[in-house]
Amino acid sequence: MDHPIAVTFIRLIVALPLLGAAINFIAGAWLQKTFGKRAISFIGCGVVIAAFILAVEAFIAMLRIPPENRFMLDDLWKWFDVGGLNLDIAFWLDPLSMVMTLIVTGVGGLIHIYSIGYMHDDDGYWRFFGWLNLFTFAMLVLVLGDNLWLMFVGWEGVGLCSFALIGFWYKVTANTTAGNKAFIVNRVGDLAFVIALYSLFAGLQAAGHATLVTREVAKYAPLLAGVPINFAGYQSAYPLVGFVTLLMFIGATGKSAQIPLYVWLPDAMAGPTPVSALIHAATMVTAGVYMVARLNFLFSMSPFTMGVIALVGGLTALFAATIGVAQNDIKKVLAYSTVSQLGYMFAALGVGAYAAGVFHLMTHAFFKACLFLGSGSVIHAMGGEQDMRKMGGLRHKMPVTFVTFIAATLAISGVPPFAGFMSKDEIIWQAISHGHPLVWAMLLTGAGITVFYMFRQVYMTFFGEFRGTHEQEHHLHESPPSMAYVLIALGALSVVGGIVKIPEFIATFKPFEEFLDPVFSSEVTRRITEAGIHSHATEAAFGVVTFTIVVIGWLIADLMYRQHKLEPARFSQMLGGVPYEWVYNKYYVDEFYNRVIIQPYMFATRALAWFDSNIIDGVVNLAASIIVFLSWLSGLFDHYVVDGLVNFASNLTLDVGGRLRRLQTGSINGYLYGILAAVMLILLVRAVVRA
Amino acid sequence: MGGGITLNDFLVLSLIIFSLGLFTVLTRRNAIGILMGVELILNSANINYLAFAFYGGGQYDGQIFAIFVIMLAAAEAVIGLAVVLAIYQNFKTIDVDAAETLRG
Amino acid sequence: MLAQVIFYAIAALTVGSAALVAFSRNIVYSAFALLGAFMGVVGIYILLAADFVAMVQLLVYVGGILVLTIFAVMLTAGIGDVKVSNRAVGTGPAIVVAGVAAMVMLYAVMRTQWHQAAAFTPAPTTYAIGNAFLGDYVLPFEVASLVLLAALIGAIVISRHEVRE
Repeated sequence: MDHPIAVTFIRLIVALPLLGAAINFIAGAWLQKTFGKRAISFIGCGVVIAAFILAVEAFIAMLRIPPENRFMLDDLWKWFDVGGLNLDIAFWLDPLSMVMTLIVTGVGGLIHIYSIGYMHDDDGYWRFFGWLNLFTFAMLVLVLGDNLWLMFVGWEGVGLCSFALIGFWYKVTANTTAGNKAFIVNRVGDLAFVIALYSLFAGLQAAGHATLVTREVAKYAPLLAGVPINFAGYQSAYPLVGFVTLLMFIGATGKSAQIPLYVWLPDAMAGPTPVSALIHAATMVTAGVYMVARLNFLFSMSPFTMGVIALVGGLTALFAATIGVAQNDIKKVLAYSTVSQLGYMFAALGVGAYAAGVFHLMTHAFFKACLFLGSGSVIHAMGGEQDMRKMGGLRHKMPVTFVTFIAATLAISGVPPFAGFMSKDEIIWQAISHGHPLVWAMLLTGAGITVFYMFRQVYMTFFGEFRGTHEQEHHLHESPPSMAYVLIALGALSVVGGIVKIPEFIATFKPFEEFLDPVFSSEVTRRITEAGIHSHATEAAFGVVTFTIVVIGWLIADLMYRQHKLEPARFSQMLGGVPYEWVYNKYYVDEFYNRVIIQPYMFATRALAWFDSNIIDGVVNLAASIIVFLSWLSGLFDHYVVDGLVNFASNLTLDVGGRLRRLQTGSINGYLYGILAAVMLILLVRAVVRA
Repeated sequence: MGGGITLNDFLVLSLIIFSLGLFTVLTRRNAIGILMGVELILNSANINYLAFAFYGGGQYDGQIFAIFVIMLAAAEAVIGLAVVLAIYQNFKTIDVDAAETLRG
Repeated sequence: MLAQVIFYAIAALTVGSAALVAFSRNIVYSAFALLGAFMGVVGIYILLAADFVAMVQLLVYVGGILVLTIFAVMLTAGIGDVKVSNRAVGTGPAIVVAGVAAMVMLYAVMRTQWHQAAAFTPAPTTYAIGNAFLGDYVLPFEVASLVLLAALIGAIVISRHEVRE
């Protein structure tokens, strides 16, 4: 890691989407008007596909390098060198960021292609692709940035693009409100993340190695072992690393929608479906997972944080799954499903199964994107309808969508040999293997519930009688090729994508984990990852247990929603309908936040505003009034005293002048007398003085 | 000078002419009349000078001074008469009482 | 004896002419009386052994100023109108003032002990005056000539402007 290979092509991968965004934003409207939407499609998708091709080339090149040396650095220029913080704009390609780059450009590219068909009728076509390109750029900066601060730039960037894309149809206020909610909730997490970065830097600086470059942090992180928090002389008993990692995880809960900052994700479904697929399934929400995996050497040093992560991940997985059970909006089900699956990823990271977490990230990208795009296909066919109660029997009208949807559902349910089984089963096993029974129980229950709500969705949508209106029925059609092919591609990946890491009790074939091994190679991490039960028999046994739960979940869904032998209503009547009410209303979490956090905050805002406009402005106005009064006084002074003096002087002059004027008689005779008199006087005076 | 004419005689003569000149200046309304009075006064002054010069021992300082006086009287008369003519042009009369437009 | 007679005669001429100048109602009479006064003064000058000055007086005063005055009189007055051409106003106060002035001066003359030098033989003064003008008194002489120049130009300016308008 200390001698990365210097390359120059990584910047192209990052720059191409940026170029696409720039063209689309600056000239998009004109291009769309002049050349039609084709031009935008070409540019918007072209840059991402080109980036993907470059990424594949990089991957092939990386595979040729021996595993210990698979580190490539593309250093562009010095960003800043201030107060000991010396950062460059540089891109770091190691196995982890390679995987992420392939996902972002690959799945992202497919979703770009899908958008050609989905957004075809929208006038803001160029704007959409501009934001999609910009998002891809920001996400690539996030995963490829070689230092934590650059990563944070990408972190913020994806937050911005998410906000813009959720509120894409901005003329509807509800959409922009959802965008605001996403951004603001993210911000809370970002605050924690930033404080973590500051603390980390301060700690490293105190240890003598002031840096935020990731590989250097990895090298010097062990120096922080056992170092307590030391803030401006205040020494706490708590370890610095624990504090930093905890705050970073809080940031991750914001970005990756875990408890308690997950509330924005369901609302984010207000955005167009490709956005939900790309940002809120495959890429942005996985940024938190990536960050924890990237900083595994820090997290491994804090068992407390790891425990928190595992617990929160497991709880979220279970919690979100229960909410998904009662939702009727096809996208909301998938949204809660995403939150739940992200919980799985974090649980994996928390127990120390880093590679498994990242693996699930990848398979989840495949099948969740496929599910979202499939739901988009359904919504498109239903003319905008998203309520599953109005759907039914669509498998006849939309075969491609149906098949790919089923494939993805099987994947997410964890049915072997689909991709989801490989990753999800691994996580559940690792949970118990590393000794977290509570987490294991939560994940297991969650798995069962996942199967249930997914098949509920499938049956409600594709099976049975069509329950919508006649117009909707006539409108039903399969999606255009640009959308259908993408679905097929993702569906295929959902089927075979898991091949790269097969659970050990079946076969020892895990190139994925081996590929990622150098990333998780620090001592602390190794200690954690290599701990745990290595018995294949135990693993197989637990695998059977998991599979059983899956089957049970499917069975209940089948009975309720396909064979209609069980009444869902009867179950919801249990305990007086209270559980159903709670679940349907998302446990009233949003209302709780509103009452406890938002209302007091708004109150404080209004109070401060009142303070500002009445007291502060009052003081300012008072000062102004005083000045006006003083100037009025001064004016009086000026008017009466100064002018008085001046007027007096002039009046005096006029007066005296008037009197003296009378000497000018005009009579020469008089003047002569005057002269004579004066002469006489002078002579007299002289005579007298002489005497 | 023989014959018993003393300095005083000349001085008295001079002062009589002076008084007459003064009277002329003060009473005349004709501008040229006033100037004539001024000439009389100047002449009386000249007589004074010359009398003192003669009775002071024949010095000619007084005479030189008298010449200067004559010179200046000439200059003054010229200008005075030019002004009188100008006034005549404007007021069509040289009655000084008429030329009182500068009265305040 | 003869000197006294001559003196008183000339004095009478002078004073009489001056009186005419002062009291005459006709400006032309006054002007010509002025001639008489000047002539009388010339005689006085000669009596005082100031020959050059007397000639100068004759030339300048009589030949110049008097002529000029008469020109002016002729040009301006309504001389046909005898009565109003040279009126006198305010004679009362004037008499008082002139009288007082005369009294005072008389008093001064009579009371003062004038310093009188010894008699001397009158001699022609022209030479001496000429020398003095270009010797001791050259500066006043030159300045006086400048004054005359200024008076000349001034007179031209005044009269010229009026004609223009």
